[in-house]
Amino acid sequence: MTEPVNGNYRLNLMLCAGTACVSMKSFAVKKRLEEELLKHGLEKEVLVALTGCNGFCAVGPVMTVMPDGVFYHSLTEEAIPRLVEEHFLKGRPVEDLMFKPPAEESPVPLLSDIGFFANQTLVALRNRGLIDPENIDEYIGRDGYGALAKALTGMTPEEVVETIKASGLRGRGGGGFPTGLKWDFCRKTPGDTKYVICNADEGDPGAYMDRSIVEADPHSVLEGMAIGAFAIGASQGYVYIRAEYPLARKRLQIAIDQAREYGLLGDDIFDTGFSFDVAIKQGAGAFVCGEETSLIASIEGRPPEPRQRPPFPAQSGVWGKPTNINNVETWATVAPIINRGADWFAAMGTEKSKGTKVFSLVGKIKNTGLIEVLMGTPLRKIIFDIGGGIPNGRAFKAVQTGGPSGGCLPASLLDLPVDYEHLTEAGSIMGSGGMIVMDEDTCMVDVAKYFVEFTNDESCGKCSSCRDGSTALLEILNRICSGEGREEDLDLLAELCEVIKDASMCGLGQTLPNPVLTTLRYFREEYEAHIRDRKCPGKVCKPLIRYYIDPEKCIGCTTCARICPTKAITGERNKAHSIDQAKCIKCGACVEACDGIGVSAVMIE
Amino acid sequence: MSKLRVEDLERISRRVRKMTLLREGAGRAKITVHMGTCGIAAGARAIMNALMEEIEKRNIEDVLLASSGCAGLCSEEPMATVEVQGQTPVKYVNLTPEKAVHILEQHVQGGKAVAEYALGQGSERLS
Repeated sequence: MTEPVNGNYRLNLMLCAGTACVSMKSFAVKKRLEEELLKHGLEKEVLVALTGCNGFCAVGPVMTVMPDGVFYHSLTEEAIPRLVEEHFLKGRPVEDLMFKPPAEESPVPLLSDIGFFANQTLVALRNRGLIDPENIDEYIGRDGYGALAKALTGMTPEEVVETIKASGLRGRGGGGFPTGLKWDFCRKTPGDTKYVICNADEGDPGAYMDRSIVEADPHSVLEGMAIGAFAIGASQGYVYIRAEYPLARKRLQIAIDQAREYGLLGDDIFDTGFSFDVAIKQGAGAFVCGEETSLIASIEGRPPEPRQRPPFPAQSGVWGKPTNINNVETWATVAPIINRGADWFAAMGTEKSKGTKVFSLVGKIKNTGLIEVLMGTPLRKIIFDIGGGIPNGRAFKAVQTGGPSGGCLPASLLDLPVDYEHLTEAGSIMGSGGMIVMDEDTCMVDVAKYFVEFTNDESCGKCSSCRDGSTALLEILNRICSGEGREEDLDLLAELCEVIKDASMCGLGQTLPNPVLTTLRYFREEYEAHIRDRKCPGKVCKPLIRYYIDPEKCIGCTTCARICPTKAITGERNKAHSIDQAKCIKCGACVEACDGIGVSAVMIE
Repeated sequence: MSKLRVEDLERISRRVRKMTLLREGAGRAKITVHMGTCGIAAGARAIMNALMEEIEKRNIEDVLLASSGCAGLCSEEPMATVEVQGQTPVKYVNLTPEKAVHILEQHVQGGKAVAEYALGQGSERLS
């Protein structure tokens, strides 16, 4: 800058009048600047000064605003009116006319610096996003089927079982039963014909871990099953997958076909004398089919109803033969353990929960997605560091783990390490790994009601404790949510829950009270508010809330009145409106409309 | 294809690495569109189609176009990973066909990542 800044003016516009900028019409820009400044009465405050070349001819005409140093480039006459009005009149520098040096451009951050990726450890998801799931060669290119080769050619079935036992791997489908022990039972049961089954009947609302593994890496499941079959002495496997997962099923079928073509399924695999094949059994999407004895019944073509255990499937499973059932994630974790050894796996996680666990992180969370973390990772890390916290500035209220069989954990338990023991102790379960995050606008009684509605609907009806018990639970919860709750309902709920737990035969009935029990345990005050004060603190239960318009805030724009489906809102233009409570159906359309235009005058109480 | 022997795994592995890994000479660049159910629901097929068309139109022959499963961050789908030889892979999020073509031009052909569409660079941590 060659010309001194003139202190008599609020701003000095140092416009370049070097040859290059002049050829880019800086004089015309100067003329236009002065016209516009005059128009806004700024001629006494803002001076346009011409400078010599500042060297940045490539982006001329250039101009520096002093004293604040804002640097504009590539100015045109057309841009001047906006620039003068925005920056010199209103004091808002115009970003898109400002020059940003390339070095200051925001660089692409490292994945290892992004919370979502930095805090994950991938075992079951080791190939996610890296291979084409429809190409077996790409799986082989990442050590695929190497573990099967190692087991078949270098290990005895007993050694395979011992390795899985020593690794500490536990069932990822929810029960958390030690996988090696399960295999051992089945292996030791006498019999020439045995089966292995992959349970891909994932049915928890909000859970999609298994679907994603099968879609992204189907061979990892097949390889795990083949290793398990070798250990147990099975020659036939089934993948029981629900009909709602068409893409997973298609990719799995392609994987099976390709593995057969390579002789990785079929007779005499790797010329070792071991034969194994896999078939897909398609489920119709009944939740109870995730329960192993129901699943077996469904495979056999019978109605899916659980039966009494013992005999366990390891003793008498599909068609009465010894059968080993593990879920998708468990099977997908087998090959790396065989490849890298039990010690490698057992070094990860906590004392009794080894390795990693996949979760689907959904609900009121910024980063919805599929994650895999070390066992023992605290809830807080999962929800805030990986999940990015709660969107829209709302506060965290609860996280539901384990689906309809799990429980709701409050903010006071955010530092809970996520493993089988700690979740069970807190009244929830690991389940297959669904994690639903809820914010302060959630009603916990309504949440309990939602899950009981689900299990009530999905109960197979065999045990009256489950069938009628869930119906009775639902009646009470409905009563509380509609403002007709009674003081004694809380004790009745708790008692009923205990009975359902004790008297039901399978996991569905035994765990369906968990959402009710945990919300009673951690959010009792919300039940009490519904019953005693006839209020819904989460402002969700319609019979307990009322919409009204704050006359101080309402600008009378009529937007809400026009959008109201029952014409419950009236009022004159430019005057405060009001809602006729008799007509209001509490649909919330007015809140959305009012918030949408930034007024937010419609309130809920 | 006849039945594999154990030693065939290594042979296939070598071959597929040559065909899919840039550092082993598979090509100059690779674009992986993440096509799980979440990605497809968010529009991954349109991204794939746009890239296929554009690669053909521009006569690009040294770029691999691949599909893969969910990359994990389902709320930011459609996603794609772009690798250019000698650079770290970059994950792009919330793609549209227009953005994908822009990335093809600036990053894949021009070698300069499109920072405004990128989520991050590098690879995920395996165990």
